[in-house]
Amino acid sequence: MYAQLVKSEGTSREDMSPEEIAFQGRIDRNEKIEPKEWMPEGYRKTLIRQIGQHAHSEIVGQLPEGNWITRAPTLERKQILLAKVQDEAGHGLYLYCAAETLGVSRDELLERLHSGDMKYSSIFNYPTLTWADMGAVGWLVDGAAIMNQVPLQRTSYGPYSRAMIRICKEESFHQRQGYAIMMKMANGTPAQKKMAQDALNRLWYPSLMMFGPSDKDSVHSAQSMAWKIKMNTNDELRQKFVDQTVPQAEYLGLTVPDPDLKWNEEKGGYDFSEPDWDEFYQVLKGNGPCNKERLGARVKAWEDGAWYRDAMVAHAKKKASRRPVAAE
Amino acid sequence: MSSEWPLWEVFIRGQHGLNHRHVGSLHAPDAEVAIKHARDVYTRRNEGVSIWVVKSVYIAASSPSDKGPLFEPSNDKVYRHPTFYDIPDEIGHM
Repeated sequence: MYAQLVKSEGTSREDMSPEEIAFQGRIDRNEKIEPKEWMPEGYRKTLIRQIGQHAHSEIVGQLPEGNWITRAPTLERKQILLAKVQDEAGHGLYLYCAAETLGVSRDELLERLHSGDMKYSSIFNYPTLTWADMGAVGWLVDGAAIMNQVPLQRTSYGPYSRAMIRICKEESFHQRQGYAIMMKMANGTPAQKKMAQDALNRLWYPSLMMFGPSDKDSVHSAQSMAWKIKMNTNDELRQKFVDQTVPQAEYLGLTVPDPDLKWNEEKGGYDFSEPDWDEFYQVLKGNGPCNKERLGARVKAWEDGAWYRDAMVAHAKKKASRRPVAAE
Repeated sequence: MSSEWPLWEVFIRGQHGLNHRHVGSLHAPDAEVAIKHARDVYTRRNEGVSIWVVKSVYIAASSPSDKGPLFEPSNDKVYRHPTFYDIPDEIGHM
């Protein structure tokens, strides 16, 4: 999931004001909340954090794949990768706009990303070392993102829900192109198959971390679920992801790097090892393999683009002063 | 001075959760009246849960003759569609 450890600020049911009770009633009846309607301050703040983090993840998520555009093995693969990275940019824009309907400005969101106050998904702090990683990212990372985003289409906040519907429609291509790369590599030369296995080895646990900490350590879930801005618990989604992904790995002839992975007939799902949560918290704190590089690249892009943004505003002003706007 | 009321474009949200969709336009002296008129003109059969109006002069539109340059470039990018990739049925929905 692209939003991990989002702090939720709510009031317990006993302490709710009449407005809050009415608001919760609307959510319980599956009504959508729209921008100009009354909402508890905690709902607004939590959503800004969550949608903002989701948007930042889409934007920073361009970097690990952007890394391979100039080195794609064929022109077709280059076009596909470019199209996918373009989509990620688009998804970031849909989500920033949804967050802005809550009264936060685009510049403020970016400022909070650049200062480290707002986070993006931990997964993007891992490097993409070989071409097989482009396959594994599409298959696993986009697969995990889809797992989270599909239920969010039913979230209570209208603009977020509509952004999710748009994004989910475009996301299927991402996972399929990734899996197609994995199929090619896994059925290729022994060296190519080894690269595919290596990519799975490195990205498996970071992908499991995308769903956030285990439910027993996930302190903000209850409020967010009551507000329907989180639809499933972290462990539910992680389990679904593992159950879906393991047979796909088997089909490729690859081995999931978990010696304890075992089908559990009774629960109708796999038993599997949890990721190293110390590593997860270290990556969130900024100590992952690529944190500095990723944030550095974003800040540099923002600063290097300043002249362009300024020039466009100056040009628009000049044009406006030459040609008065049609009379109202 | 012309006393003709300005033209407004009307957008209606048909149901909770959906986008507002453009349904047509009308004349009104100001935004408040435009919403009232929109209610009477476009939602007599309970077509909506919310109305947006915006003065028509504020709509910037692409020109119909720009259709080619704007949209044709995406025609040959078939790889943007999920069906471009052959994924075997065995691995489930993707």
